[in-house]
Order: sequence, then C-alpha cells, then structure tokens
Amino acid sequence: MMSRLEFRNLAMEFVKAGGRERLAALEDVSFAVLDGEIVSLIGPSGCGKSTLLNIAAGLALPTHGEAFVDGEPIRGPNPHIAFMLQKDLLLPWRSIAENVALGMEIRKNDPRETKRKARALLESFGLSGFEAQYPHQLSGGMRQRAALARTLAVDPSVLLLDEPFSAVDAQTRIILQQELARTLKNARKTALLITHDLIEAVILSDRVLVMSGRPGRIIDEIAIEIGDRANPIARRRDAKVAHYVARLMDRLGIGEAAEGTTRDTTRGDA
Amino acid sequence: MRKTSRRSPYAEGAIASLVLLILFLCAWQWGPGALAIPSFIVPPLSIVLEESLRMWQQNHLLFHTGVTTAEVLAGFLLGSLLGAIFGYLLGVSRAAEIALSPYILALQIAPKVAFAPLFILWMGFTIYPRILVAILIVFFPVMVNVLTAIRGVDADLINLVRAFKATRAQIFWKVEFPASLPSLFAGLRIGATLAVVGVTVGELVGGNSGVGFLLSFGEGQANTPMVFVAIILLTLIGGLVYFLVAAIERRVLHYMPAPVFGGL
Repeated sequence: MMSRLEFRNLAMEFVKAGGRERLAALEDVSFAVLDGEIVSLIGPSGCGKSTLLNIAAGLALPTHGEAFVDGEPIRGPNPHIAFMLQKDLLLPWRSIAENVALGMEIRKNDPRETKRKARALLESFGLSGFEAQYPHQLSGGMRQRAALARTLAVDPSVLLLDEPFSAVDAQTRIILQQELARTLKNARKTALLITHDLIEAVILSDRVLVMSGRPGRIIDEIAIEIGDRANPIARRRDAKVAHYVARLMDRLGIGEAAEGTTRDTTRGDA
Repeated sequence: MRKTSRRSPYAEGAIASLVLLILFLCAWQWGPGALAIPSFIVPPLSIVLEESLRMWQQNHLLFHTGVTTAEVLAGFLLGSLLGAIFGYLLGVSRAAEIALSPYILALQIAPKVAFAPLFILWMGFTIYPRILVAILIVFFPVMVNVLTAIRGVDADLINLVRAFKATRAQIFWKVEFPASLPSLFAGLRIGATLAVVGVTVGELVGGNSGVGFLLSFGEGQANTPMVFVAIILLTLIGGLVYFLVAAIERRVLHYMPAPVFGGL
C-alpha cells in the first residue's frame, strides 16, 4: 500500500529565546502513515508531537530530514493536508456555514459549489438548521463537529488531528469519536491523531506510536488488532483494549510515576 | 423573606437612571438657593435654560453649535481613519512598527492640546487648527487599539488559514481585520469622546466661532449661565458622536454575544 504521509529521519532544534542554547524537540523520527490508515501518536507533554504536526502541515521546516505527503516533499502549506486542533478555531464573525466554507473560499473554489458542499457536510454532521447560527450559539460538541466539517471540506488526503476532542465532556467525546471514525472510514481518509487519551488512541487507530520525552523519538509501535475500526464504541467494550492501554502505560512509565506519588501520600498521612 | 423582582435588570436600571436624572435636575434648580450659593457661581437650572434661549436669539447659538459639530465630526473621522491605517500598517509589518514607534510614542507623550496655538499660527483663526488638534488626539487610542488587536490575534488561527495556503492579503482580510473590529470600535468610542476635547481647546485658544468661542466669550463677560450652556452643548455634541459610533458598532458586531456597558 502506498504511504500517504511519511517522515524520514526528522530532527528539529529550536534556538532558545535570548540565549545561544539549542533545544532538541525531535530526534530521528521516521514513520509512515499508509493510505486509509489512522495512526495515533502518544507521548509525554513536550515530546514534540505538535512540532511534528506543524512540520506535516508545512508550517515549520525540520532542521534535518524530510517529510512527504502523497510522495511529494513538504516545503510549505499544501492542499494535501488539513488540520484540526483542540480549539475549534471557528471565526466568531462567520456563521457556521461560512466557517465550514473558509478553506474552500481561501482556495477560491466555485462559490456555489462551496456553499453546496458546506451545506452537505453540515447535514452529515447533524448540523442542518444551524448553518446561519454563529459559533457562540452552539455547544462545544457542535463546534468541534463544525471544525471537523471545515477540515474535511477542503478534501485533504491526510487529516492531522491534534487532541481534537480533549476540550469536550466525556460523553460528547465518545459520540464525536464514533462520528469521526465513521466519517474517516466512509471518506477513506488517512489521519494522524495526536492524543493524551490512551483509550482514544487504541479504539480509533490502526496503529499507535509511542514517543519518548524530549527530544522526541519513536520508542514503540503497537498494531491494534481489534475488529471494526469504524465503530469505536464497540471497540471500547473489547477486552483487548485494557491490554493495549496497559502496554502504553508501561511504555510511557505512567504506572511507576503514579506509584511514586501514592507512596509519598501514604508517608505524609502516617 | 426574599422578594423576586419581575422586572428585567434593564428596565430596573433605566428607571433608576431616570430617577437619578430627576434628582440631579431638582438639586440643580433648588440646591444653590438652599445652600445660599450665588447664581454667578452656580446658576440654577431655570436661569441656564433662559440663558440658552437668549443665546439662541442673540448669539447665533445654532450656527456655533453647527460649526463645532462639523469640526468634531471631521476631526473624529480623519483622526480615526489615520489611526486605523497606521494601526493596521504597524500591526502587519514588524519592521514598520520598529521604525516608526519611537516617533509615534514621542508624539503621543507630547501634550497634544499644546499644539493648538502653533496650529493657529500656521492656519489662522479658521476651523482647520481645531480639526487638526482633534485629529491628533483621536489618532492614538484608535491606533494603539488596532495595533494591540492585530498583535493579539490567536497564532493558531493564523496557522489554520496558512495551512489552507492563504496569501498575506487573505490572512489580513479573512482573519486579522475582522478579529480587530471589537478593539477598533473600543478605540473609536474613546476617540469620539476625545474629539470634542481637541476641538474645544482649539476654539478656546482663538477665533470667533464655535461653542468653545461662546464659552470663552461668556467667561470674559463673567456670564456664568452662558458658560454652563456651552459646557452642556459640548457634552451633547460629544455624546452624539459616541452614540453614532455605538449604533454602528452594534450593527457591525451583531455576531457578538452580549452588548457591553449596559447596551450603550
């Protein structure tokens, strides 16, 4: 299968503000996301996940190595890729339909076709009747749906999702995960998902990559072997999820860290 | 026991506001007499009203009010236009900001009203020096508000449109400009109240037209009621411009959740 998104020996260094000191954010990161695949990236805070995403979106150039999308080297923003963040980033002065149309409008697509597509996308996300509303009139979950619709509207071959549901409540998150999984499957889209939610990573993905602390490197790769990726709610009930989550916790050292705090608390109580 | 009010806070506030106005007018009418303050210090309301009628008949009150209103509007419009243009220019270009900010800051620190005599030396006793002072005063709050707003636009929002391959012009017109509008209007509100200050100073320094001229004329005649009339008129002119701005703001920023400052 062809790889949609590929990173080859990426390294990223930042010059610390003011000083001459250099800060390594990424070190020798290589992996590929295949056509139609959903890959999750998990790692401790500050491990360079967002830097990786910026490189993929063409917003930053790596210090070493190269990134490719659809076989072309990424030299800047390009039509193959669109991203969605934790913040919905809807423009408050645009109606929901106009927000969904933003990317198509910037790319100067035919206005009538843009309108039609925005309407159709909103309908598929259950937002019919809200086209003319403004973002502040919608709930957090609806706003994230609109943001996802805007991301899909430009028809990218790869979606970059940076903690897309971490700002919504737990139940809405489950519903949005379900919608995302279905939509990506139906549209046959490829996605790179960054998340802190281990269960989310497992139930939404084909593969989970684990990154180390700074400088970020890929330290583990887990293929998720649970059926029906388009149905994360069913996947969530699968017994194997606990096993995958346990492995992720081990790799991230979460168990040990928590153990340490528990012990400290006990000592304090005594 | 707890009483729940059925009236909305708006209705309640409006009634309280009206009561305060009536109390104030009553205090003005009968307070000076009760406290034995002579009317050449604080003339009661009725005398001020009589004086305004006299000025209407003998001092071309309408003409002077018209002159001042036109000056305030011209100064406000030109000053805010220039302020906005410079604000956007400096907001979009770091280089322009670094190059121009020391001079703009210097001009900001200089007391603008002190320029009034200079402008009169240059342009004589016309309406132009007054408009110029107003322009100078209005310029800064508008410019600073716009500049701060452009600098404060969420970087992720810019990245979002950049990822859509937006050109520099598209980033400005689709994100930065609309994002700056609430701040621009906040600056315009301040500018509206300052324009009348600039014009008044210009009129006080010299000339024979405008409400500021009537003000200094009344002072020369030791006509306290006339001074009061002039002050009230200047306040009304400033208020008019302010409400114009607020009305336009409500239209332009219709997407904003709730009106600020009690709907003013």
